[in-house]
Amino acid sequence: MLSDALLLQLGYNATLVAIGAALLGVSAGVTGTFLFLRKRALVSDAISHATLPGVCIAFMVMVALGGDGRNLIGLLLGSALSAWVGLLCLNWLTRHTRLAEDAAIGSVLSVFFGFGVVLLTVIQTMGVGRQAGLEGFLLGSTAGMLWADAMIIAVGGGATLLLILLLRRPMTLVSFDPEYAAARGLPVARIDLAMMGLVMAVTVVGLKIVGLILIVALLIIPPVTARFWTERSDRVVLLSGLAGGVSGFVGAAISASAPNLPTGPIIVLVSFALFALSMLLAPNRGVLAAILGHLRFQRRVHLRQGLLALAQGQPIYERLTLRLLSRAGFARADGVATELGRARAAKALRDEKRWEVVRADQSHEAAAALYDGLRDIETVLTKDQIVDIDRRIGGPQEVPA
Amino acid sequence: MSGEEFVPLSLTPLLIGIFAAVACALPGNFLVLRKQALIGDAISHVVLPGIVVAFLLTGVISAWPMMLGAAGAALLAVVMIEAIRRLGRIEPGAAMGVVFTTMFAGGVLLLEQTDTSSVHLDVEHALYGNLESLIWLDAVGWSSLLDAQALAGLPVELGRIAATLIGVIAFIWLFWRPLKISTFDEGFARTMGIRTNVLGLALVVVAAIAAVAAFDAVGSIIVIAMFICPPAAARMMTNQLERQIAWSIGFATTSAIVGYVFAGYGPLWLGAADAVSAAGMIATVSGVILALTALFGPCRKRAGAPAQA
Repeated sequence: MLSDALLLQLGYNATLVAIGAALLGVSAGVTGTFLFLRKRALVSDAISHATLPGVCIAFMVMVALGGDGRNLIGLLLGSALSAWVGLLCLNWLTRHTRLAEDAAIGSVLSVFFGFGVVLLTVIQTMGVGRQAGLEGFLLGSTAGMLWADAMIIAVGGGATLLLILLLRRPMTLVSFDPEYAAARGLPVARIDLAMMGLVMAVTVVGLKIVGLILIVALLIIPPVTARFWTERSDRVVLLSGLAGGVSGFVGAAISASAPNLPTGPIIVLVSFALFALSMLLAPNRGVLAAILGHLRFQRRVHLRQGLLALAQGQPIYERLTLRLLSRAGFARADGVATELGRARAAKALRDEKRWEVVRADQSHEAAAALYDGLRDIETVLTKDQIVDIDRRIGGPQEVPA
Repeated sequence: MSGEEFVPLSLTPLLIGIFAAVACALPGNFLVLRKQALIGDAISHVVLPGIVVAFLLTGVISAWPMMLGAAGAALLAVVMIEAIRRLGRIEPGAAMGVVFTTMFAGGVLLLEQTDTSSVHLDVEHALYGNLESLIWLDAVGWSSLLDAQALAGLPVELGRIAATLIGVIAFIWLFWRPLKISTFDEGFARTMGIRTNVLGLALVVVAAIAAVAAFDAVGSIIVIAMFICPPAAARMMTNQLERQIAWSIGFATTSAIVGYVFAGYGPLWLGAADAVSAAGMIATVSGVILALTALFGPCRKRAGAPAQA
């Protein structure tokens, strides 16, 4: 069943939804990256909630003009308009008052959404049955999607991607270093506004599929996921688009494969699964990598300290150190050094002495700064330098047995 | 309006609205000053899965399991946000966004998967609340306030939200000095021996309790609006924490009263037949108050900031 859905075998409507969701996921992931790098991820939450009054007003205007009120283009235009007003309010509050951005986001979000709910209840009293569908914008509803609706979503997603392609360089610059961008003469405020405009476009396009409460997830989770895998902004953008597209497509497919699986939440949960996997498994930034790195470091410290203890003839009581030494063949299980162990211990002690000289000598200041108790001195100094240091220390001495 | 009509139909929703608004606005003051305003937003989203899980476990709609479930979900969310922020080295806003959207999506999915048709539990209810339906059927007029039998029929939500409000006030009263110091200068607070991280977590927990209790009665929109709008508006009026809190209580109360009255009677004045959502209207009124203070409040500018860059 699920494989059918993934291979687009579940019929016309499911196929439309899956393709639409994948396109939406790609554009949301790509747009969200800039928002995330700009550290303004939650602005999207305010924008998405601010669409509700617009949807309601558009519906009421269309009904008042004698229309059906459910024309998707009209509703989306309305939502874009009120999201834009919300965005301007947000910008005005942060620039012209003392409110921090988070308080401004929260107030715009709650007030616009509250007003939208008031309008929803007004619509409910306007005429029976007609409001059906508007609630769908809260959590998305793909059940009765028409070809025209899917086309709007596809075209909207494509247009958003194109705009991002055009604006990606200035947006990257502003995301990383707004002051520098301003010094270069870029209109930072306007680029910021353009970035938010793109977020708004994604939100509006996504209203129908994932709904206004969960669209934020598509803008936030894929960039965060992508960030685990790379340190380069262009790759974050690509990976994030990929993660968004995959979660959109797979989520839509899963939701089509069984009843009672609402599209929006499933898409969000799929993208969270990708995020959780990345957080665990990613190289360098992942949790597993961090744990392994820590263990490796711990082993190096114990081995080094164990060798130094052997060299100075001190008894070793610490279990882990003993185990590491005997596994490396440097000591027997009772802590007595082997031949190899004694040689390595002498070397470790000698290196320590060399470091001591290096750190006491002003002319080796740069090398001394690299001392961390673990680094091999050969990686820092040349052979000639080491020979010179050894001359100052004197010849090797017998290690006490 | 006469007492016979007002007391049973409007007095209790009005009181519940005011109590919920004030209970959220009080911790909101500190959250706004600490730039953690969106914690309220996150909490109000994650309450939904908590309530659904509590319902699945107990099989009934009853207050205490749901409060516990919601509080547990809020705590889980805070822990997850903190874990993702530290383990993944991700900025707090994005970590919050990841957690609350995922938990909300999980809640919606659970809700769709279970058969809740027999009980009143749906997403819309969670968002809007049902303030209008919390009426006091046993009351016949003002005299009922002294009638023990009628008082026993008060909606249970009123008692819960009043108890929560008292708890919130007690917390802020008891920890006033440490809260104030650690809000404005965390480093200084730590040198004085105040355990700022514990205090910060306690503040979030108190906010979560207020949110859950208010959520039960009035839905999540009011919760977010009341956490942020009254304190933010109060911030524009004064530079003193004590006065800011007084203003925020005033604004929260005003929003609750004016919003409730507008929702209930506004459409009637305009000639429409039915009332609109009280929760939505209260949030809207608090937004209007914020807009007015942002335009005219005496302390609306950042101190020392240039006029306009």
